[in-house]
Amino acid sequence: MADLDEFREMFFVECDELQEVLASGLREMEQPGFEKETVHAVFRAVHSIKGGAAAFGLSDLVKFAHRFETVLDLIRSDRMDMSAQVMALFHRCSDCLADLITSARAGGDADLGLIDGLLAELDALIETDDTIGEVIEFTPLTLDFEQALPWAAPACLQVRITPLSELYRSGNDPAALLTALRKLGSTEVRLEVDDVPPLDAWDAERPGLSWNIQILGDVAEAQVLSVFEFVEDCCVLSISTLSGETQDAPPALLDPEPRETRMPDMVMVSQPPEAEVQPAATSPRPVQSAADTSAAAPTIRVGLERVDRLMNMIGELVIKEAMLSQVIQTAGLHEAPDVVAGLDSIRQLAGEIQESVMAIRAQPLKLVFQRMHRILREAADATGKPVRLVTIGEQTEVDKTMIERLIDPLTHMIRNSVDHGLEDSVTRQRLGKPLEGVITLSAAHRSGRVQIEVSDDGGGINRTRVRQIAEERGLIAPGANLGPAEIDQLLFLPGFSSKQEVSALSGRGVGLDVVRREIMALGGRVMIQSAEGEGTTFSIALPLTLAVLEGMLIQLGDQTMVLPITAVQETLQPNRAMLHGIGEGTKLLANRGELIPIIDLCCTFGLAPCEKSAESGVLIVVETDSRRRAAFRVDAIFDQRQVVIKSLEQNYGRVPGVSAATILGDGQIALIIDPEEIVLSLSNEQGRLMAAMASNG
Amino acid sequence: MSVRILAVDDSPTIRALVSKALRAAGFEVFLAADGVEGLGCLPDADPHLIITDINMPHMDGFGLIENVRASGAYDEVPILVLTTESGSDLKARARKAGATGWIVKPFEDERLIAVIDKVLGR
Amino acid sequence: MLQSISQNLIGRSDVVAFKLADQDFCIDIGLVREIRGWTPTTTLPHAPDYVKGVINLRGSVVTVVDLSARLGFGAVQPSHRHVVIIAMHAGRVVGLLADLVSDILTIADDTLQSVPDIASNPTREFITGMITLEDGRILRKIDLAQLLPAAHGVEA
Repeated sequence: MADLDEFREMFFVECDELQEVLASGLREMEQPGFEKETVHAVFRAVHSIKGGAAAFGLSDLVKFAHRFETVLDLIRSDRMDMSAQVMALFHRCSDCLADLITSARAGGDADLGLIDGLLAELDALIETDDTIGEVIEFTPLTLDFEQALPWAAPACLQVRITPLSELYRSGNDPAALLTALRKLGSTEVRLEVDDVPPLDAWDAERPGLSWNIQILGDVAEAQVLSVFEFVEDCCVLSISTLSGETQDAPPALLDPEPRETRMPDMVMVSQPPEAEVQPAATSPRPVQSAADTSAAAPTIRVGLERVDRLMNMIGELVIKEAMLSQVIQTAGLHEAPDVVAGLDSIRQLAGEIQESVMAIRAQPLKLVFQRMHRILREAADATGKPVRLVTIGEQTEVDKTMIERLIDPLTHMIRNSVDHGLEDSVTRQRLGKPLEGVITLSAAHRSGRVQIEVSDDGGGINRTRVRQIAEERGLIAPGANLGPAEIDQLLFLPGFSSKQEVSALSGRGVGLDVVRREIMALGGRVMIQSAEGEGTTFSIALPLTLAVLEGMLIQLGDQTMVLPITAVQETLQPNRAMLHGIGEGTKLLANRGELIPIIDLCCTFGLAPCEKSAESGVLIVVETDSRRRAAFRVDAIFDQRQVVIKSLEQNYGRVPGVSAATILGDGQIALIIDPEEIVLSLSNEQGRLMAAMASNG
Repeated sequence: MSVRILAVDDSPTIRALVSKALRAAGFEVFLAADGVEGLGCLPDADPHLIITDINMPHMDGFGLIENVRASGAYDEVPILVLTTESGSDLKARARKAGATGWIVKPFEDERLIAVIDKVLGR
Repeated sequence: MLQSISQNLIGRSDVVAFKLADQDFCIDIGLVREIRGWTPTTTLPHAPDYVKGVINLRGSVVTVVDLSARLGFGAVQPSHRHVVIIAMHAGRVVGLLADLVSDILTIADDTLQSVPDIASNPTREFITGMITLEDGRILRKIDLAQLLPAAHGVEA
């Protein structure tokens, strides 16, 4: 096939999809009672990879896929039973196939040593199956040299063909055959109708027409045979050479007992017994209704930049709509029912368009989760710890650009969990835990964010050890008073990666600080929770891009900023009675039976002046995702409105205390505050004081 | 009037390759991804020739061929089977279903066109 | 307006020449998206002194860098007379604050000289080379990749 380059990338994209089918199919086959169709789908996936690879001359891939497919065929035709070993082999073959595809894509060579090993195992299985007979290639017996005339220089070939009904039924056309013969040389054709029965004895099964063709010229018999390559078995064909004199055509042949020149039904004999059963099973198949609901819905591929442009435009639309609302309000028209109705319907429409656009770019996390299965298998092999992965919510959708960037952090976390989280089998047994460790990977949408969790049922964080390492490395002052949650947080500090411990998965020496940075670069945050003896859970919270946030616009100095409504509990004008002070400058607010810290946001963001008393301005009581509460002191509150989130990362990077930015109706930029981060960044000292105060007062 | 060919294969890459070869030779090409889709677009395509893969989801090549022949409306339409196998049992099965001939993958574009021409009598 | 015509000329490239801190600089024209007049920026808290803030560029939030401060010549008090050169590199957009844009020139690549190895020259890390023009000006060519922080994250 010529000019393949433009299709190469298409083939590799298809391979990605086929590998997905293969992986999920194999996983289904691990469960008891899997459906037969799954095996067929797995076979087809490997078969299709092979077919495409053949077109591009990727012989290593073709060779491996062919053997893999042969064994899969044994399973799907019930000539071999599934077993745990076969399943494990299939997993390894699937991984090997993935590697072969990756190296073919990059244009390099694959690791033949590994491949040969797997091929040997596959071959062993193929050989033990004695139902695979040798495929006998048939050579047609249409040539009967004994009947040919004495060998004189052939001046022409005599061809006689009597099609049987099967020839007509298979869409072959004698006229087409004659045309093809004519291309070989000058021909003289004579139709014989002697055997055509009279109309009242007409039998469609025995058409009775024969053609005699004489071909003049230097024509080889092989060329004539190739014309009849598809019809050898459904006609009576004879080819002979004439040396100039005309020869009577051999007598008409139309007896039910075919002569040797006809290709007998020997084809049936050579088939393995099972194959005979198959045709019978398939012929009475009814016509399937075209409304087969399992047929794939039509899709189109769209370039990502087009979708990005669409996203930006819808963002503009939301902003303009907000602007319009404002203008109308200022003009005093917001009471008119027509105006209200009109605005409402625009708002609703914009909202629907926005959701649709977000849905276009959103993709389920399934791909990422599938990759994690393989990562887990490798980690389990490397550490020798039996472990299985449970995935929940793989249909949860996340923006496409995020999907790829999640693979690295999740890989690190899973490896980390297997390596450090899970105890070894001996310990687990001693503790009465099931030998096989479980790592749960889950994803869900929660209040405008995507929440992904990686949790293990291992021993939890060894806080004593963590604290020790932190002190040794000078990350905390010796004797510092830290609560359990604060010790857990130490794992995220750069310089914490416990390189001293020999990790079975080392090679990268990746610390959790890198994971945190990668997640933060996505605009998200990662938190850790651990219970001794029970396990550890990492939680990742990611924003949804092009999210529209309900925000409270606040004034800080001469800047306008936005506080997400979801965090806001209440706002109040403080009076002296509610305020308490401890230490220097630390202020507390008595609220709902608790004492919560007051944080002056002007101070936090370095917006002078910072000396305002807590009595001026407004206090906003917030509760973060992690249920921490605080009161933010701001100069003033404007109003509440929907804003479009614009990422800062692309152009600048993370700003502490700020999650993103938005563009207000008047074109001004307002930063969106991240309450969680601000509250978390309270110093440990302060936290301790809070806790002490709360328990005393 | 151009000659219409319906090509059925579950691999988008193969569909693209076949389509390109056929269009370059002046044929009008219709594509389907499996037997069900192929049957579905028969009335619209009204092809002069059908090329089909064997292993496809929902309805495989044999099923497609059998159904096409059973419909009675396309008896004279040649059907070519695209296959990576060249075993005789496959050919027999194809013939039994009603296939006209076969082409082995990977194929040269010229070979594909030559076989099509031959079977169509061009 | 600013199309990259440099591809058509072999061995030559087009640059945008601009002035700041009484010195001349230039940047590859292929990197320049547009040139705008200065508009007030929104401050980014705790940002380095050379980050003036962010502006709204048709719906995108773009950082404006005080190039003079970044190169070590001291911060600028921008006014409406200043310009912001919107440049793009590796998918990231940034605005560069400059005094004025002087012209667009075609430079033969072989006239680019490497920066002399003068000790403690802070601009060196951001300049790819120097070009001497016929009129005596010395253009310092900006290395945009170096100027942009790779991933300006701040550890919590």
